[in-house]
Amino acid sequence: MTRPAPLRLAVTLLCVALAGAACSSKSDRDRSGPLSPGPLAATELQLRLIEAKPGTTITLAAGKFEIVDGLSLAVDRVTLRGAGPDATILSFAGQTTAGEGLLVTADDVRLEGFAIEDTRGDGIKSKGADRIIYRDLRVEWTGGPSEKNGAYGIYPVESQDVLIDSVTVRGASDAGIYVGQSRNIIVRKSRAEFNVAGIEIENSSQADVFDNIVTRNSGGILVFNLPDLPIKDGRDIRVFDNQVFANDTPNFAPPGNIVASVPTGTGIMVMAARGVHIFRNQLRLNRTAHVLVAAYFLPTKDAAYDPLPHRVVLRDNVYGPGGDDPQGMLRPLARAMGGRLPSVVWDGVDTYGGVTVEGSLDMLEDGSVGFIDLGLVSTPVDFATARPRMTRPAPSPRMPVEPPPVRLAFDPAMPPSAEPSPDAPATGVPADPLQAIKGIQERLQTLQPAAPSKDGP
Amino acid sequence: MTNRRRGPEGARACRVTGAAAALLLAGCAGRGAGPDPARLLSGPPPSSLSAFNFFDDAAADTALMPRPRVEGYSLVNALFSDHAVKDRHVYLPPGSAIGYREDGVLEFPVGSAILKTFSLAPDLRDPSRGARRIETRVLVRRADGWVAWPYVWNAAQTDATYAPVGARRSWQVLDPAGTPLKIAWSVPNQNQCKTCHQSGDAIAPLGPTARNLNRMRVAQTGAGVTTPETLNQLDDWTHRGLLVGAPRAAAAPRVPEAFDADAPLETRARAWLDVNCAHCHQRDGSASNSGLYLGWSEKAGTALGYAKRPVAAGRGAGEGLFVIEPGHPDRSIMIHRMASTEPGVAMPELGRSVVDPQGVALISAWIAGLGV
Repeated sequence: MTRPAPLRLAVTLLCVALAGAACSSKSDRDRSGPLSPGPLAATELQLRLIEAKPGTTITLAAGKFEIVDGLSLAVDRVTLRGAGPDATILSFAGQTTAGEGLLVTADDVRLEGFAIEDTRGDGIKSKGADRIIYRDLRVEWTGGPSEKNGAYGIYPVESQDVLIDSVTVRGASDAGIYVGQSRNIIVRKSRAEFNVAGIEIENSSQADVFDNIVTRNSGGILVFNLPDLPIKDGRDIRVFDNQVFANDTPNFAPPGNIVASVPTGTGIMVMAARGVHIFRNQLRLNRTAHVLVAAYFLPTKDAAYDPLPHRVVLRDNVYGPGGDDPQGMLRPLARAMGGRLPSVVWDGVDTYGGVTVEGSLDMLEDGSVGFIDLGLVSTPVDFATARPRMTRPAPSPRMPVEPPPVRLAFDPAMPPSAEPSPDAPATGVPADPLQAIKGIQERLQTLQPAAPSKDGP
Repeated sequence: MTNRRRGPEGARACRVTGAAAALLLAGCAGRGAGPDPARLLSGPPPSSLSAFNFFDDAAADTALMPRPRVEGYSLVNALFSDHAVKDRHVYLPPGSAIGYREDGVLEFPVGSAILKTFSLAPDLRDPSRGARRIETRVLVRRADGWVAWPYVWNAAQTDATYAPVGARRSWQVLDPAGTPLKIAWSVPNQNQCKTCHQSGDAIAPLGPTARNLNRMRVAQTGAGVTTPETLNQLDDWTHRGLLVGAPRAAAAPRVPEAFDADAPLETRARAWLDVNCAHCHQRDGSASNSGLYLGWSEKAGTALGYAKRPVAAGRGAGEGLFVIEPGHPDRSIMIHRMASTEPGVAMPELGRSVVDPQGVALISAWIAGLGV
C-alpha cells in the first residue's frame, strides 16, 4: 500500500504547527523518547498510556505537567517512569474530572520517579492491579493539611502483591498510604507526614510495614478491619522498625469517615484486625498514646463481620515521651485519670454479641512500659461504662506465631517481562503505515485544547 | 454518495411493515450498503465513523439514517449525561440474532455493534431543536469480548473521528428552566469507557437489558425527535427475528419510568439508581470495593446505602455520616455527591459536569420518605 502524498504533507504541516509537543516524524509512534511538559503533553501522556504495548516503559522528562483530566492506565506490564519525585511533577491543581489523578487497572505496572500534586480526589489509585510497584514517588497536597484535600495519596485496592517503596505522601485528608482489601503487601522506606493517617492497612492480609518514617500526621500507622465491605477479615500484619513520632496534626478528616475518630496524637492503632505483630518500632511524642488497640466501636448490621481484635502482639518497641495530652474520644477518659495516658492503651473490649474471646492482646513489652485497659468490655462501645485498670491481659496460652515475612510473587529488582501473557488483550494499535498516519492525523484533531465557544453547540 | 436531508416526513415514508420487514431489517433504513461484517470481527478501529457504514452520509440538522441491519432503539431509563439526547442503534451481522436474558444485558452475537450518539441542543427547553451531535460511542462484540471506541463529530456534522484519548468541549446553553448553563463536556477516553463498562475483567454494554428495552418502539426521526408507536420493542424484535428466546413483552420484566409520576416512588428511585449508579456500584463493577451496590435487584439494606458509613469517600462524604440517612436527604452522602460538580465529590465520577436536578429531586424525595 502506498502512502498518499497529500495526506503525508498535511500531517507534516500539522506537526510543524504543533512543534515539539506531540509529533515530529516517522519516529513519532516510536514513543521511546521521554515526554516533556507542554500544552499538549497531558493528552499525549494519556494517549501513550492507552496505546502502550505490554512490557514497555513510558518516560517522563523533568518538569511540571499541568493536567486537568484524570489519567488512567489499563495495559499490563507497563512502567511509567519520571526523572525523580522532585523533578517530574504531575500537577492536578486545575483538575476538572475524575476521582483520582492516576488510575491503574492493569497488572505488573510500575510507577517510579515522579510526583503527583494537588489532585481533587485520590492521588494514585490502583484497583485490581496485581504485582504493582509504587517506588520513588511523591504524592502531595501542596497547600498543607486541609479537609478539602483528596482522601488517599497512594491507594491500592483489591490487589495482590503490592510493593510501596521509598515514597513520600503529604496532606491526605484520609490516609497518605492506604492499602485496602488487598493481600501480600510491603510498605517500606517511605515517609508519610501531615496526613490524617500516615499509613493505613485496611481489610487486608499479609502485610509488612517497616523502615518507614511516620510523623506529623493525626494518627501514624493504622491497621483496621471495617464492616460492610466485600473483604473484611484482614489478618497477619507485621508493623516493625518504623519511626512513629510527633503525630500531632489536628485531625482534619471529614466527619463521616472512620479516620475522623482517630484521636490526634495516636502512634499506631489497631482496630478489629487479627494477627497484628508490632515490634521494634520507635515511638515518641505522640500525645494521645503510642499504641491504641481497639474494637470497632460503632453498631453494625454486618453479620459476617467480627469487630474484635485478635492476637495482637506488642514487643520490643521503644517508647519515648507521649500520652501527655490525649485528644478526641479519649480525652474525657484521660481527664478522669489525671490527664495522661500510658504508652499502650487497650479499650478492653473482648465481648461481642454476648460472646467473650481470649487472646485479644499479648502485651509482651517490658514491665516498665505503661499500659492501661479501659475496661469498656463490649462493643458497640459506651464510654460511660469505662472501668480503667492497669492490669495487663493474661497472655495467650499459646504464644501467637509471628506471620512469616511477606514474599512478593515477583522480583522488584527485575523489570517486568515483555512477553505478553496468553490472556493479554490486543492493544488495538494500527499495524499498517497508512493507518498509523491516519492515527497521527486523528490524534491531532483530538488534541485541540478545550476552549469555551461563544455560541451554542 | 450525496448527503440526503430527511425530516420526519421522509422517515415515516420509509417505514416498513409486515412481511417486508423480514427482508429489510431496519424499520427505516438508509440506502447505502451496510457494515462489512469482517471489519467488525478484527483489526483496529477505523479512523472515522463513516468507514463502518452504519449510517448514510451524515449532514447537519439531519437525523442519522441507519443502513440495513442497523436498528434504532430506545430505553425506558437512560443515564443522565449533561442533558444530552442520545440516539441508540444496534447492528446485527447477517444470520444472527440477540439472545434473550431475563436479567442483565441481552446476549449480543459476535460481530454485532451497539452505537450511542450524543447530541446537545442550545436551548434545553426544546432539546430536539438545533441539537448537534457531539460523539458516537461504538461498542463492538468480538469473539473475545467487547471493545469500546469513542468517535467525536466534526464541526460540519458530516463525520466523526476516532478519539482514543477522548476530547473536551465547552458550551453555554439554556437549561430546561431557561437559565444559562455552562456544560464542560468530556468525551471519555478509551480507559474511561472501561471504567463504566467494566464487568469483572471484561467490558460489557449497560443499557440494553430486557427490563430497560421493554417499552413501546419510537420512530427516531432526528436527534431527540421521537414518535411513539404502538409496537412493543421486544415483541417487534422477536417478530422480526432480531431477538430469540424472549417471552411476550407482557411476560418480560419491565423497569418503571423514573420520572413517571404515576409509578410508586420507591421503584422509580430504584430504577434511577440502577441506570445512573449501578454501572460502577455493582459487585463486579468499578466501585466493587465500596461495598455500596445500587443495582435494581439489590435488596434494601446496608449495601444499598441505608445507614452505611463511607469507606473511601474522603471529602466526598461532606458532613454526612451515612450514604443514605433515611428521612434526611440533606444529611445523606448520596445526595451530597449527586448535587456536586466537584471532582473528588461528584458522582458519577465520569460523564457529568452539571447537576441533574430531576435526579436529585427524585432521590431526595425517596430518601425523605424512608423510615418515616
